[in-house]
Amino acid sequence: MKARSKRLMLVGGGVALLFAAVALVLSAFQQNLVFFHTPTEVSEGKAPTGKTFRIGGMVEDGSIAREADGITVRFAITDTAKVIPVTYKGTLPDLFKEGKGAVVQGKLEGGVFRATEVLAKHDENYMPPEAAHAVEQAQKAAQTVSQ
Amino acid sequence: MIPELGHFALILALVLSLVQAVVPLVGAHRNSSALMGVGRPAAQGQFFFILFSYVCLTWAFIQSDFSVQLAASNSHSATPLMYKITGVWGNHEGSLLLWAMSLSLWTVAVTVFSRHLPDAFLARVLGVLGWVSAGFISFTLVTSNPFERLLPAVADGRDLNPLLQDPGMIIHPPLLYMGYVGFSVAFAFAIAALLSGRLDAAWARWSRPWTTIAWVFLTAGIAVGSGWAYYELGWGGWWFWDPVENASFMPWLLGTALMHSLAVTEKRGAFRSWTVLLAIGAFSLSLLGTFLVRSGVITSVHAFATDPKRGLYILALLVIVIGFSLLLYAMRANKLMGGGSFGLVSRETSLLANNVLLTVASASVLLGTLYPLFLDALGLGKISVGPPYFEAVFVPLMTPVVVLMAFGPFLRWKDDDLLAEVRRVAPAFVASVAIGVGSAWAVDHLTWRTALGLSLAAWVVLASLQLLARRLGERAGASAGSRLRSITASWWGMWLAHFGIGIFIIGVTMVGSLDRHLDVKMKEGQHAELAGYTFVFRGAVDADGPNYDAARGNIELIRDGRSLGILTPEKRVYLAQGMPMTEASLDIGVFRDVYVSLGEQLEDGAWIVSLYYKPFISWIWMGCVLMGLGGVFAAADRRYRRLAARDAAAAVGGRAGAAA
Repeated sequence: MKARSKRLMLVGGGVALLFAAVALVLSAFQQNLVFFHTPTEVSEGKAPTGKTFRIGGMVEDGSIAREADGITVRFAITDTAKVIPVTYKGTLPDLFKEGKGAVVQGKLEGGVFRATEVLAKHDENYMPPEAAHAVEQAQKAAQTVSQ
Repeated sequence: MIPELGHFALILALVLSLVQAVVPLVGAHRNSSALMGVGRPAAQGQFFFILFSYVCLTWAFIQSDFSVQLAASNSHSATPLMYKITGVWGNHEGSLLLWAMSLSLWTVAVTVFSRHLPDAFLARVLGVLGWVSAGFISFTLVTSNPFERLLPAVADGRDLNPLLQDPGMIIHPPLLYMGYVGFSVAFAFAIAALLSGRLDAAWARWSRPWTTIAWVFLTAGIAVGSGWAYYELGWGGWWFWDPVENASFMPWLLGTALMHSLAVTEKRGAFRSWTVLLAIGAFSLSLLGTFLVRSGVITSVHAFATDPKRGLYILALLVIVIGFSLLLYAMRANKLMGGGSFGLVSRETSLLANNVLLTVASASVLLGTLYPLFLDALGLGKISVGPPYFEAVFVPLMTPVVVLMAFGPFLRWKDDDLLAEVRRVAPAFVASVAIGVGSAWAVDHLTWRTALGLSLAAWVVLASLQLLARRLGERAGASAGSRLRSITASWWGMWLAHFGIGIFIIGVTMVGSLDRHLDVKMKEGQHAELAGYTFVFRGAVDADGPNYDAARGNIELIRDGRSLGILTPEKRVYLAQGMPMTEASLDIGVFRDVYVSLGEQLEDGAWIVSLYYKPFISWIWMGCVLMGLGGVFAAADRRYRRLAARDAAAAVGGRAGAAA
């Protein structure tokens, strides 16, 4: 085989591979990106139904309740403006507490957020940025209203 | 007084690093052996002062000197001695000092083991390393002084994050840093070669053992980190595609590509410019990893502080390194053309394909890691890219890599007959698919993912065995002993590492498709069943430690009516910060781990208990151990020492010639 056609084949193979990889990455992105919504956005109906997304905020005081099986937990996530009820089946992270920030991932089903994942913080004083963001947004909105 | 001495020593180290950065490079340019000779003592002196500085900091931790801000925030008088010592790097400032110290250690290793290198080349390598070192020591001193005083001193410290109070954390950071930073040596060799305009097989051979050893450290560091996450985070996952993990995995992927590309450059003189780019890339990704972890742009257990100044400093460092390297590369690229030609079907081509795929895989991880940061920075919304993305991209990209990895070593350099080779390995390939599909069916989990994983693993194992048999059969008539001896250490290294990947894939596939998990509420005397095991809850007792209070659950593990012992997971509360912690308990076996952790205690005295059954998970670590061993074998090949002696003789001859 001539050197030129050999090089052409190598380059062609490389380009084809690159295209395949880009297509792969794009489709994986499309299917697997998880968007984040604040409780206010969720209650305004801006969050998708039947699709996985994340909510951040504070765990509302006095909202944590366990069902009889001991495994299913109900609690509420709030950005101080709106409250979203959440159910979760499983062990909660060590630092999950009422009045502290939390991020949950799951789907919205009939007004209740069914969480598949409750994200842990690693430090007592650390606030998940999504949770901080949600509270900040709600407070900004409250200020604009009061003005 | 001692912290001030440490601070002063660090400043002296910075001065020496600048000397090391400037003088040898000027010497190499002017061909002055006196100036070039400055590099070696400057590097060794620098190491001495950094070590001294590091010991001073450790002393403050051991003595519980809480007038030092860092000790006050990361240690406690009741912390066990071991964790006082490791607490030094369990924070931003201390870990930067560890970074600088590992770089300095690598540099000293270069001065010791590279006596055979030509003076000018060694001078340039040391110069480049000096610049990197100066960048990091100044970063430490300017933005993150570990010796900062806290006046007045506090009565007691805030203690080290309890997650980091674990034996795994004693060795994980140093190993990982040795790996990360080790790529700076490969980088320095590449830049030195670009500066001198001499990129040949000898350069590749000098660079190879360093790159391999750095890769071994990185492999070990990642494996230990993953093992730590597995048993310490309390829910039995071993890899999360967390940005911080990705930060160490990207340089690993590119470093793997670099090792293979260096092999081609050494043996055949080809891929030279590609090899240089990979060396620059691997080191840049190491820096990017440091940026990601240390700047606070991502939040995780590793990102301790968020100070934008620090992020900017590392980002600037990164831009300078990449910008300067690529500029130099562009100026010298014309000298990099040529090299041995090769046919379409040859070992070169298979290594080229492996390189391209590994680079693309690395880029896809980079994209998934950075994309959310970009969107957030541009105010386009907050998103997260989780494991599903990485798995969707990674499996299709790595499948051809693994198929090729087992097949490539059958091919000859330069040119080979594809049909003949394919025919040779076809039986093994068919058998692998049959074994993979058959065993997926036998374990009652016939999904395409399980079948694919097990087929790939079988293919790697069978092809490796066939390769070994063929290699041993090459010298017909020779005794078995002499046949074994005829195989070089680097060949064994390649073989072991590839075989290790096969073992690794078995672990990943089995635990991925067959693990079982159950969260259950348990009172004393109650039992639960999972995967053929019975768990009997025998109650919980107090088990307080030196710096924590704990409740310890006693859970008896029973299989087929026979007791396998008591598992003792703990729920701890670390006193200094009131931070709760889950300490899992494991029954480790070759074919499965049984893993138990305590959730919370309910009002009626019952506990939430998490039970896990993890088949073949230890095969993941065994695979990593084999890969690491392979690297050690490859780097220990006698060829390097033999040829080093020849180089040394040539260098002396050259010097004598120059003098005459």
